[in-house]
Amino acid sequence: MDFLIVIIEWFPYLIGGIFATLGLVGSALILGVIFGLPMAVGQVYGKRSIRFIIGIYVWFFRGLPVLVLLFLFYFGIFPGLGMDVPAFFVGATVLGLRGAAYQSQIFRGAIQSVSEGQMIAARSVGMTKLQSIRNVILPQAVRVALPGWSNEYPNILTDSAICYAIGVMELMTRTSQIVSQTYITMPIYLVCAGIFILLNYGGMRVLHMIEKKIKIPGFGTGAA
Amino acid sequence: MDQSVFIFQILLPVLMEGMVVTIKLIALTAPLGLVLGILVAVGRTYGSKPISLLCNGAVAFIKGTPLLLMLFILYFGLPSVGITLSAFVASLVGFIMCNGAYSSEYIRGAISSVKEGQIIAAQALGMTKMQAVRHIILPQALIRAIPGLSNEFIYLIKYSSLAYMLTVIELTGAGKMVAAKYFEFTEVFMIIGMGYLLLVTITTIAVMLIERKVAIPGMTQSGRNMLDIL
Amino acid sequence: MENNGTILRVENIHKSFGDLEVLKGVTFDVTKGETICFIGPSGTGKSTLLRCINLLTQPDQGSVWLGGEEVTNSGKKINHFRQRIGMVFQNFFLFDHLTAIRNVEIALIKVRGMNPKDAREKALEELRQVGMEEWAEHYPAELSGGQAQRVSIARALAMDPDVILFDEPTSALDPELTREVLEVMKKLALAGMTMLVVTHEMGFACSVANRIMFMEHGEIKEQGSPEELMSDTKFERCKNFIGQFDQTNGD
Repeated sequence: MDFLIVIIEWFPYLIGGIFATLGLVGSALILGVIFGLPMAVGQVYGKRSIRFIIGIYVWFFRGLPVLVLLFLFYFGIFPGLGMDVPAFFVGATVLGLRGAAYQSQIFRGAIQSVSEGQMIAARSVGMTKLQSIRNVILPQAVRVALPGWSNEYPNILTDSAICYAIGVMELMTRTSQIVSQTYITMPIYLVCAGIFILLNYGGMRVLHMIEKKIKIPGFGTGAA
Repeated sequence: MDQSVFIFQILLPVLMEGMVVTIKLIALTAPLGLVLGILVAVGRTYGSKPISLLCNGAVAFIKGTPLLLMLFILYFGLPSVGITLSAFVASLVGFIMCNGAYSSEYIRGAISSVKEGQIIAAQALGMTKMQAVRHIILPQALIRAIPGLSNEFIYLIKYSSLAYMLTVIELTGAGKMVAAKYFEFTEVFMIIGMGYLLLVTITTIAVMLIERKVAIPGMTQSGRNMLDIL
Repeated sequence: MENNGTILRVENIHKSFGDLEVLKGVTFDVTKGETICFIGPSGTGKSTLLRCINLLTQPDQGSVWLGGEEVTNSGKKINHFRQRIGMVFQNFFLFDHLTAIRNVEIALIKVRGMNPKDAREKALEELRQVGMEEWAEHYPAELSGGQAQRVSIARALAMDPDVILFDEPTSALDPELTREVLEVMKKLALAGMTMLVVTHEMGFACSVANRIMFMEHGEIKEQGSPEELMSDTKFERCKNFIGQFDQTNGD
C-alpha cells in the first residue's frame, strides 16, 4: 500500500504538469483559429496561387507525424535560425501550426456550406467581398464549424503528450519523472491516464456549453 | 562533408532500414486493428448489456488516453504485473488497440447508417441475427466505412513514429540517430518528413482505387442510398 | 384439432405499443390455397398483425399455429418457421449490396444450406416466374419500384413457403408499377399459393381474394367472400369504407 503514500506525495508535482498541458492545448486552439480561419477564407475565395500555397502548407503540416515536426523544429529549424527557444514554446508553436492546418479544413467546409445566396444578398446591398465575408459568411460559418472544431480538442490534448519527446514539463513528462524516481509504474501511469480522461471530459463539457450559448434559433448545421 | 555523399551514402541507407521497420509495424497493425474494430463495433451495437458496456468503456479509455502513455503502460508498466513485452510487440499491441478503438467508431457509425429494413428482411427469411449481421449488415457497413477507415490508416502511418519512444528503430528513430551523429537536423528531418508524406500519398491513391473497385451502384460513400425509398 | 386444409391458425392475438392497444384479440383460420385480403383504415393494426404471425413483432397475448405446430413460444425454432412463412414488405427491403439474383439465392445458401450451384438455378427459376430473369445481375438501386418488388417476391418464393404475407406490397409504388406487381400476385394466387395480403387495392381484393377481412380498431369487424361483401346488407361498415375509397380514387 505504500504506493498510495507515494502518489499522494507526488500529486502536487503531477498536477503542476496540467498547466503546461493546458497551455499547449490552448495555444494550439488559439493559433489554430488565428491562422486557420484566414487560411480557410483564402482557400475558398482566394486566387489560384494562394490556394496552392495554403494547400501545400496543409499537406505538409497534416502529413508529418507530430514527433517528426517537434524534432524538426526543436533540433533543426529554430537553432538553424539562431534562436534558442525553450521546449514549451517549440511545442506550442508546432501544435499551433498543425492545429491551424487541421482547423482550416474544418472552417473551409463550414464556409462552403453557407449557402451561395447569403453572399449574393450581401453583395446586392453593396458590401464588398471582404465585408460580406466578415459580416455575413463568417458569423454563420463559425457556428456551423463549432461541433467539428470542438472535436479537435481531444486530438490536441492527446497530441500534447508527445511533447515529452522534447522535454516539455507537461503531464506526461512529469509522470515519467515520478516513475523513474520512485520505480512505481502502473499506479502512477493509471493516475496519469485518469487525469487525461478527466481533462478530456471536462474540456468537452466546457465546449458544449459554449456551443449552446452562441446557438442561433433555427440555425443548425447545413440549414439553408 | 559533401551534401550528396552524406545523403546518399550515409543517410538514405539508414532511413531505408528504418522505413522497413515502419512498414512492418503498419502492415501488422492494420489488419489486426480492423478485425478488432469490427468485433468491438458489433459488440457495441448488438452485444448484450455487459458486453457493450465493456466495449464502450474500453474505447472511451483508449480515446481519452494519449497513445504515448498507453505505450509506456504496455512496455514499462506491464512487467510489474508479470507480463514483459518486447519494445516492438508493445508498440504493436498499443497501435492495434488504438487503431481498433477508432475503427470501431467509424464502423459503428456505418452500421447505424444501413437501413433498418435490411435486418428485418433478413430475419423474415429465417436468418438468425448473427447471420443477418454477418452477411447483410457488415458488408454494407464496411463499404461505407472506407473513408473513415482510410483516414484512420493515415493516422496509423503517422503515429507509428511513436514506437521510437520505446526504442524501436523505425524511420524517425533511424533518422534521429544519423542527425545527432552528424549535426544535420533540419535536412534529415525534412527528408524523414518526405518519407511519411510519400507513404500517406501512396495510401490516398490506393484508397481511391479501392473505393472505385468496391463501389456498388446506389451506395454512395456518404452512406446514403441514391434511390432512398424509405 | 386441425381440419384437413387448415395451414395457419391465428388465435386471440393482442398487441399494445405503450398505452395504445393496436390488436384486440384477432382470431382466424387460413385454409391451404386461400387468398385472404385485409382491408381497413390505416393504423388499425393490419401490418402489425402480419408481423405478429412471423414474430417479427412479439404479440403480448395469443398464439399462431403453422401446420399444427406452434410458432409463438418456439424459441430458437422461430428461424425454422420463418423459412416457411414468406414476407413481402411495402418498402421491398432488398439487400442493397447484392444483385437481384444474389438477393434471391442468399437465404437458400446461408439458411437452407443449399449448394451454390443448385441455389443459383432455383433463384434464376424464381426470377423467371416473376419476369425478372433479364435483370438478375442488376443491383436494387438500378431497378424501378415495381421491378424491385417483384424481385422481393421471388426472394420470398425461393424458400418454398407454406404461406406468404404481403404487407401493403404496392403502397409505395406509382399506379403504373402497381399493376405489374398485382399481376404477379394474381398469378401466384391462381396457382394455389396461400396468401395473406394487406392492401388498399380494392380491385385486386375483389377479384382475387377468397375472403376479405375488414379490420377496424384492432379487430376483425366484418369478413366474407367478395360477392357477400358486395351484396349482403350486413357489411355496412365495410361498404362505407370501400365507398370512401372509391370516391377518393375516382374508380
